Amino acid sequence: MIYSIPFYTVVILILVGLYAMIFKRNLIKMAIGLTIVESAVNLFLVTLGYREGGVAPIYTNLPSGISIPEGMVLPVPQALTLTSIVIGVAILALMLSLSMMIYRHYGTLDSRKVRRLKE
Amino acid sequence: MNADWLLQNSPALIIAIPLLAAFLMPVIDKIGRRARNAFAIIILVIEEMLVLFLAYDVFGGNIHIYTMGAANPLTTVPAQAAVPIRIVLEVDAMGIFMAIISATVCLAAGIYSLAFIEEEKGKGKYYTLLLLILVGMLGMELTGDMFNLFVFLEVLSIACAALIAYRSNTGDAVEGAFKFLIISSIAALFVLFAIALLYAQYDLLNMAALAHAITYSNLDKIALVLLVAAFAMKCGSVPMHFWTPDAYSVAPASITAILVAASQASLYALFRVCFSLYNVTLNLATIGGALIIFGLLSMFIGVTMALPQKDIKRLMAYHAISQTGYMLLGVGVGLYLLADPEFSTYGIKAMEGGIFHIINHAMYKGLLFLTSGAIFYRLKTRNLNEMGGLGHSMKWTAIFFIIGALAIAGIPPFNGFASKLLIYEAAYKVSPILSIIAMLVSILTLASFVKVFHSAFMGPKIHDVEEVPRSMLAGMAVLTFVIILFGLFPGWVVGNIVHPAAQALAEQAAYIQAVIGG
Repeated sequence: MIYSIPFYTVVILILVGLYAMIFKRNLIKMAIGLTIVESAVNLFLVTLGYREGGVAPIYTNLPSGISIPEGMVLPVPQALTLTSIVIGVAILALMLSLSMMIYRHYGTLDSRKVRRLKE
Repeated sequence: MNADWLLQNSPALIIAIPLLAAFLMPVIDKIGRRARNAFAIIILVIEEMLVLFLAYDVFGGNIHIYTMGAANPLTTVPAQAAVPIRIVLEVDAMGIFMAIISATVCLAAGIYSLAFIEEEKGKGKYYTLLLLILVGMLGMELTGDMFNLFVFLEVLSIACAALIAYRSNTGDAVEGAFKFLIISSIAALFVLFAIALLYAQYDLLNMAALAHAITYSNLDKIALVLLVAAFAMKCGSVPMHFWTPDAYSVAPASITAILVAASQASLYALFRVCFSLYNVTLNLATIGGALIIFGLLSMFIGVTMALPQKDIKRLMAYHAISQTGYMLLGVGVGLYLLADPEFSTYGIKAMEGGIFHIINHAMYKGLLFLTSGAIFYRLKTRNLNEMGGLGHSMKWTAIFFIIGALAIAGIPPFNGFASKLLIYEAAYKVSPILSIIAMLVSILTLASFVKVFHSAFMGPKIHDVEEVPRSMLAGMAVLTFVIILFGLFPGWVVGNIVHPAAQALAEQAAYIQAVIGG
């Protein structure tokens, strides 16, 4: 039961993030919503990587009593999370700079008013 | 450097060369205008040649595997952990087929850009991002690893969003880019979540190994739904199409042509997931039926929305949605019919139609967007009501436009006809209504392009303009050449290029065996 808590957190965070993205009108808040979803997915990846009693994959000579692959943590999820964080930062930076430019052109960040494309 | 070595390493080189070139570009840009342009074109030509070189071998029936940092995908350190964790590039006929599209469209758009963006600022960054888009597309198409797919998807989205906002002195360009970025990043996060769900069960990221292990549990079904939804969103199928007209209409025309190919890279990812990852475990008829419904909706809504548009690029963008519908219909019918052994030959025919339509669409829709860019270059407007009489002065542009318009409407001597006919024939086996709707959509497409042609090129000469510069014409000519070539020899193209690609998708076993068995 206690080990399921991270997974529930992931679901709740994703829903919160999606809510922010769909129902909030402020572009910055939409960016925040996106970041929340992204953190939730990262949390999910990290949670998957946890293995109870596993050793870190930094040993070339394993401690005695540890067998591969059961006793060792495969470092793939951590690597994935790092990559995904880096990508997330790039997306967030681009999104915020675009919102900045939108503010310059329209004088507002309200998505209902930023609709020159819809005539 | 002999040919064998080049062939073996070409999957990695195809991705590495533009990636390195992209980040060299700002330095080359300092040298001068000529150096920058020459560098960009040389890289794009090298890419095209490498892709064609590799394609020649892959269409001969080989699947190329390139393992990053090892000789064999199954080699691991420590050796007991027998999980293929390395990044693997797996190039089969379908992947290289898409790579040809990406490289060709990028080459044409690159040549076109030389004159097209001459008066804009930040040209060095433009080519950097253009090469990054190419990297993203080729990476998605050649990779054999789920997470790698996600990374390249994000590279593609970021570069595309930045280039959509290239004319950032206008508000609507930034607005379109923001929309695109939101949609792509949500789609990409769905993909990542689905990848995590798959990893949680099988400890695998390699597509072939996953396909081998997959059991179609409930979590797999959730992952499939997330993947299909995300890629359908990225490829602009109805009901997730709303970003397409906004992003396509505000981007510079050369980038719009590339965006078409970029959407098709997502379409490829959708097919790859459906066929290579899930295939045997799937309930084929259900997924096929879902794709058929997506396809029909996209076709019909796309074309009806296109008819009343006044903005030439917005109109073409709605047609892009409609044409995506044809591809989904073709491949959906293929999946649907493959489920029934009695009709499986028609299933392959339908898939050939859908896949052939992908390359045809990239060529003629790219060409049409480039002609709309040529009009914009001279008149500085996208509004059809302000155009007219351009046929007097812009003869070549008019000819290219006619060829593109006839090809998209499926008129016989051009390539659109060949692929649409294959789709009509096969869809008829599922239900005649599907074919009737598909033909109706074709007629409506023709109607709306007749309207565009009339209002842009016909009538008295009211604008005193010249023909566009030679490099823009050359860019359009590259695509026109492919259109006419494919239109004149559809049998050869289907037999030698499209059929292997369809076969590669349908035969999951060969895809798996290339990694696991080798």
